[in-house]
Amino acid sequence: MANTNSKPAKSATDPREVGRRDFIVVATYAMGAVGAAAVAWPLINQMNPAADTLALASTEVDVSKIAEGQAITVTWRGKPVFIRHRTADEIARANAIDSAELRDPQEDEARVQKPELLVLVGVCTHLGCVPLGQKTGEVKGEYDGWFCPCHGSHYDTSGRIRKGPAPTNLEVPPYTFLSDAVIRIG
Amino acid sequence: MVKFLIASVTALAALIGVAGPAQAAGGGDVKLVSGEWSFAGPFGYFDKGAMQRGFQVYREVCAGCHGVEYLAFRNLADLGYNDAEIKAIAAEYEVMDGPDDDGEMFMRAARPADLIPSPYRNDNEARANNNGALPPDLSLITKARANGADYLYSLLLGYEDAPASTEVPDGMYYNNAYSGHLIAMPQPIYGDDVEYADGTPTTPESLAADVTHFLMWAAEPKMEVRKRIGVAAVFFLSIFLIMSYMAKRRVWAELH
Amino acid sequence: MSAEKFSNPVVRWIDHRLPVFSMLDHEKYDYPVPKNLNYFWNFGVLAGLALVIMIVTGIVLAMNYTAHVDHAFSSVERIMRDVNHGWLIRYIHMNAASFFFIVVYIHIFRGLYYGSYKAPRELLWMLGVVIFLLMMATAFMGYVLPWGQMSFWGATVITNLFSAIPIVGESIVTFLWGGFSVDNPTLNRFFSLHYLMPFVIAGVVVLHIVALHRFGSNNPIGIDAKGPQDTISFHPYYTIKDMVGIAMFLLLLAVAVFFFPNAMGHPDNYIPANPMQTPAHIVPEWYFLPFYAILRAVPDKLGGVLLMFAAIFVLFILPWLDRSPVRSARFRPVFRIFFWLLFIDCIALGYLGGKPAEGVYVVLSRIATVWYFLHFLVILPMLSVFETTKPLPKSISEPVLATAKGAA
Repeated sequence: MANTNSKPAKSATDPREVGRRDFIVVATYAMGAVGAAAVAWPLINQMNPAADTLALASTEVDVSKIAEGQAITVTWRGKPVFIRHRTADEIARANAIDSAELRDPQEDEARVQKPELLVLVGVCTHLGCVPLGQKTGEVKGEYDGWFCPCHGSHYDTSGRIRKGPAPTNLEVPPYTFLSDAVIRIG
Repeated sequence: MVKFLIASVTALAALIGVAGPAQAAGGGDVKLVSGEWSFAGPFGYFDKGAMQRGFQVYREVCAGCHGVEYLAFRNLADLGYNDAEIKAIAAEYEVMDGPDDDGEMFMRAARPADLIPSPYRNDNEARANNNGALPPDLSLITKARANGADYLYSLLLGYEDAPASTEVPDGMYYNNAYSGHLIAMPQPIYGDDVEYADGTPTTPESLAADVTHFLMWAAEPKMEVRKRIGVAAVFFLSIFLIMSYMAKRRVWAELH
Repeated sequence: MSAEKFSNPVVRWIDHRLPVFSMLDHEKYDYPVPKNLNYFWNFGVLAGLALVIMIVTGIVLAMNYTAHVDHAFSSVERIMRDVNHGWLIRYIHMNAASFFFIVVYIHIFRGLYYGSYKAPRELLWMLGVVIFLLMMATAFMGYVLPWGQMSFWGATVITNLFSAIPIVGESIVTFLWGGFSVDNPTLNRFFSLHYLMPFVIAGVVVLHIVALHRFGSNNPIGIDAKGPQDTISFHPYYTIKDMVGIAMFLLLLAVAVFFFPNAMGHPDNYIPANPMQTPAHIVPEWYFLPFYAILRAVPDKLGGVLLMFAAIFVLFILPWLDRSPVRSARFRPVFRIFFWLLFIDCIALGYLGGKPAEGVYVVLSRIATVWYFLHFLVILPMLSVFETTKPLPKSISEPVLATAKGAA
């Protein structure tokens, strides 16, 4: 055999000791373990988003028809996106507060591309419920923005968290103006 | 070990003996010519130039009747097109979207994420436009026929005058590669049907080979990566086999 | 006792309360295995490995598959094109299914050759036949799921077998379909059962192993181990030997998966199911072909179905058909000839099952079918009485030592 350092005679009779220190035996089992680990990756990776799911990651929306003070909800990546055409009063209120006092400090102008058009991912940053406040007559919370009914988070007219358990502001999705009327989200 | 090898070989032989005839059955007296395919063999790869030309043949010759319903424009990246080119190709097509705010379906320019639209809305429309015959979708055609690539290549080049003994009814054509020889598809390729964008000269053989290449990719787009991983896997497992056999010999040597 | 066995204190703590490590240790070191097993004894472990591969890849595929007639085919294509590594997982599942049957067929023929079905291992053998039956049902339903042409027409033809039953046959078929043809309800229940059955198989495999460990493995000589000199511990000797078999198995599987993934399938299954048009030449998956040949060999509908099921049933009663006290074919010269004839007969049946049911193929199928039953029902009982067997060695270690000396 290739192995030159032979064992003490007594260990050869105990099956627990056979091959334990043989390079080739250990290497074989190690190789088996490496192979099994390599196979595990495809089995896990298949749960990541598939190519067609990734390809569908943008939505185009015509925002010209939203009247001042109104809001629409569109779908992007399976989630609701809030688009609100804000009134001058709502914009003023969003800018009235010193953002440094907020839980998640952010200037209103950093959250919009055009002040009258606010685009938000309509998912509460607490545990993922959809806040109320899109439809006329719905509860908008104490700050006249959005209110999450699940655990009582209040968002202001810029979608910033003001009160309640949510840790951060409503997320602003990436979007671009394709024209004055149409934006593409994603 | 020898016995084990014999067992394995016997098993494989039995398998081929059983599965082989089941595969080939139903062929009849058709003649297949073999192309020289870059995708054949364990190191096979797709030739991007051939696929781009084949895609052009598909669009200009086949797409009038045959769809490729499982292909999206984004998949054309495999052919070597970049994002801008794919966008431009997609924009040449219209797809149905909707409903819009008024509840109406509407047509818009296709985007890379869209599937390539088929020529007919459904099988009934396809039949109505083709004398009752249904032009099959081509996205899986090379896997849905035995010896797919050679079969398709032979079929495209297989049109000839019927022998005196065969009567060819109206709306049917004689093809030596088609089972039963009577096919409802008129000869699609003559050699000058397409002027290649890259200037490659055209012959019936080159057109047929290129479109076959494209459709082979369409049916099995993951073939290249499959064979690449396969070579590595077979190499790894061969070493593993040799090592485990040596380890077995080592362990068993202590028995005697 | 456990305090001495394990040096790791955590292992010791757990083992004292939950003796899993002791059980494992017992299987590894205390369970005696005959020392003369050849590589044909690898195939039990390989079948277990194949079952694990099928369950793991199957669970993962089910995460991406849609069991609806309008979406099944395209969801499979999505797996092949868009899902990360989906093509790999599906090709492994497809090919490992075939390899599972190859391994199990070799396992069965090994049992036939070395008389592993004889007392006291009759129940072990019968549980194996149950596993085989469950495997066939599972494989059949799995083949329906991609909803290609062969899926659909395979489902139609096989479920229609039950219409051969007098009086209630038609009602049973309607019941199986959940409608008046193979349709969405059929696909849904097949998916549900295809997911369930492998776990039932795993349960029967546990019983199979319990029965095996009652008397231990048979061996190529077919005589019982007489004492410790005839046996060795499972680990490290048979773990490493099984590793060689596993490496060989995986190597061949890799060649199939990566280079010939569709060789054991049928091209027609890449055509979406069309209930209006049957393919010109329909065949079941290769591993059903011998039984399919028996089905078609009989000109009578009910007769064909009964004979096909009888072909499996004879395996159940095999321990009582072959009454010879000698297990291994090594010491049964006449039996050995008939064993190989049966082997050839089964290969022939498989070949004929893939041929169109016409002309000479029908005649040959009938001859092969008759021979199959003749072997089990007439030849084996006769051999039990009339065969002169060779003298058996005194113990397992005797011939093993003899060959070892001879080789050295």
